[in-house]
Amino acid sequence: MATLIDIQDLSKVYERGRQKVEVLHGVNLKIEEGDFLALMGPSGSGKTTLLNLIGGLDTPTGGSITVAGDRIDRLGSGALAKWRAAHVGFVFQFYNLMPMLTAQRNVELPLLLTKLSGAQRKKNASVALQLVGLADRATHKPSELSGGQQQRVAIARAIVSDPTLLVCDEPTGDLDRQSAEEILGLLRELNREHGKTIVMVTHDPKAAEYANHTLHLDKGTLVEQAVA
Amino acid sequence: MKYLHLIWAALFRRKARTFFTLVSILAAFLLFGMLDATRAAFSSGGSVVGVDRLITTSRYSIIQSLPASLATRMQAVPGVKTVGYANWFGGIYQDPKNFVLSFAVSDNYLDIYHEIVLPPEQRKAFESTRTGAIVGEALAKRFGWKVGDKIPLQSTIFPQRNGDKTWPFDLVGIYTPAKGAANGTDQQFFFHHKYFEDANAFQSVGTTVGWYAVQLTSADKADAVAKAIDALSANSDHETKTQTEQAFNASFAKQLGDIGLIVSAIMGAVFFTLILLTGNTMAQAVRERTNELAVLKTIGFSSGSVLGMVLAEGMLLLLLGGVIGLGLAGVIVPIVAKGSGGMLNLPPIGVQTWVLGLVLMLAIGALVGALPAIRAMRLNIVDALAGR
Repeated sequence: MATLIDIQDLSKVYERGRQKVEVLHGVNLKIEEGDFLALMGPSGSGKTTLLNLIGGLDTPTGGSITVAGDRIDRLGSGALAKWRAAHVGFVFQFYNLMPMLTAQRNVELPLLLTKLSGAQRKKNASVALQLVGLADRATHKPSELSGGQQQRVAIARAIVSDPTLLVCDEPTGDLDRQSAEEILGLLRELNREHGKTIVMVTHDPKAAEYANHTLHLDKGTLVEQAVA
Repeated sequence: MKYLHLIWAALFRRKARTFFTLVSILAAFLLFGMLDATRAAFSSGGSVVGVDRLITTSRYSIIQSLPASLATRMQAVPGVKTVGYANWFGGIYQDPKNFVLSFAVSDNYLDIYHEIVLPPEQRKAFESTRTGAIVGEALAKRFGWKVGDKIPLQSTIFPQRNGDKTWPFDLVGIYTPAKGAANGTDQQFFFHHKYFEDANAFQSVGTTVGWYAVQLTSADKADAVAKAIDALSANSDHETKTQTEQAFNASFAKQLGDIGLIVSAIMGAVFFTLILLTGNTMAQAVRERTNELAVLKTIGFSSGSVLGMVLAEGMLLLLLGGVIGLGLAGVIVPIVAKGSGGMLNLPPIGVQTWVLGLVLMLAIGALVGALPAIRAMRLNIVDALAGR
């Protein structure tokens, strides 16, 4: 398989007041297209920072990140926003849906950045909701859905624009075991049936079992690699 | 436009807060509409029909009368076509709240005021009836008067020789103001100065007039004629002040105070308070949505789009409240005008007021949205998602 993400000598330093905190240093990593990777590690190990850098939400202090041939570490904020819109779908721990919009409208959000017509946007959002098994909840607002259902809507929003990459930050961290397994099963299906490359941060070893690979981070360095 | 549902949803995220903010905006623009109508009522109303007329009053006070003998000397001034005169009557119809703008006028008054359009037969009847009176169509409609009615008007100032302050009039004509006539022309009541002189208990009325109306041969002679007329009475005990009709109307209104300044001061205070109130609400609303705005940026919305959406939210809020408020003013102003019994001849909310109102709504909306919008634009996604 071809390499989708190529990370070379990556470092990230945050400035907190006068203090400089090196969160990542010397990370080298290649993720193949169609892979499902779990990132694990203790709190403060830098796994969310690495995920943010891979997803283009943040820029590195040093090193390079190449995704599908694009050096995203060199992009400005405007270009990075366009890149995210075209290539990345995001799934968060707390779903982060717009509370005042229906499930359908939430899923349509990324499509507002495309040139699709209103009718086409609606159609694509319906397909995405159908894929996550929530076609009958399209008109419901997030407050009218369970946690698992909200996360499904968030996944539908992440995949509606058919991105290359899905980045998931603790996608089951706020869910009960049954809902968590449903979500993880859905992610695995998206990976296996639809070929989506997934990078997932998790604390949960059971969640990591759904991934093809698990990487462990500690104090900003990759320390171990396991193959599922 | 495709973001409109998003902006609309954000605006009504907290319905109660948005409702109360809208009510305060509505109240501000309702007040704006009513005060602007008041200001317009006290201005000339953009009349262009009186450009070839001058008004001569006492130099010292509009209520001080002038000698009637001045008329013939004024008529001799080069550039003067016709000299007419009038006197304030201060009429009340039946009830003190039914105030009538009533004037005793010279016989040639209608030759000077061409905008008072009267059918020929009614003009003839007016000229031949000593107690005859003519009224504007709006005034006639207000009291249900028709030609042939006997109308008793009580003067707030002048008693008749028999001591009675109620003067009987015969309504002989109802006029229609010509296009471009000043605001309130159709609310006036005119009768003969001769009747006013003959029946008046105040003997001085026969030898004085309230003010003169001068028709010029040409509007461009206004300055020279005004100076020449004022020179006739220079260093006398009745020095005059001659000015254009527009300036006269403005100074007449200023007897009550500088309406424009008062309106501007009130509206300044109202809009300043509105900016603080709405600005605070907008800032609070955007602060609460930090996480949602960060999600929009995560998905790929540019900083510029986020800035635009928050700015548009501020403008939409102001437009919603403002349009309803100004619309409501359009409904209330005629009711207030009617209820004032003629004391306040408020014109309807015009295009000029609407344009100014809309500009204010958009400007205030942009102003109150600017700070939160800039904050949203500069939002760091990682920090916002982490709740920092």
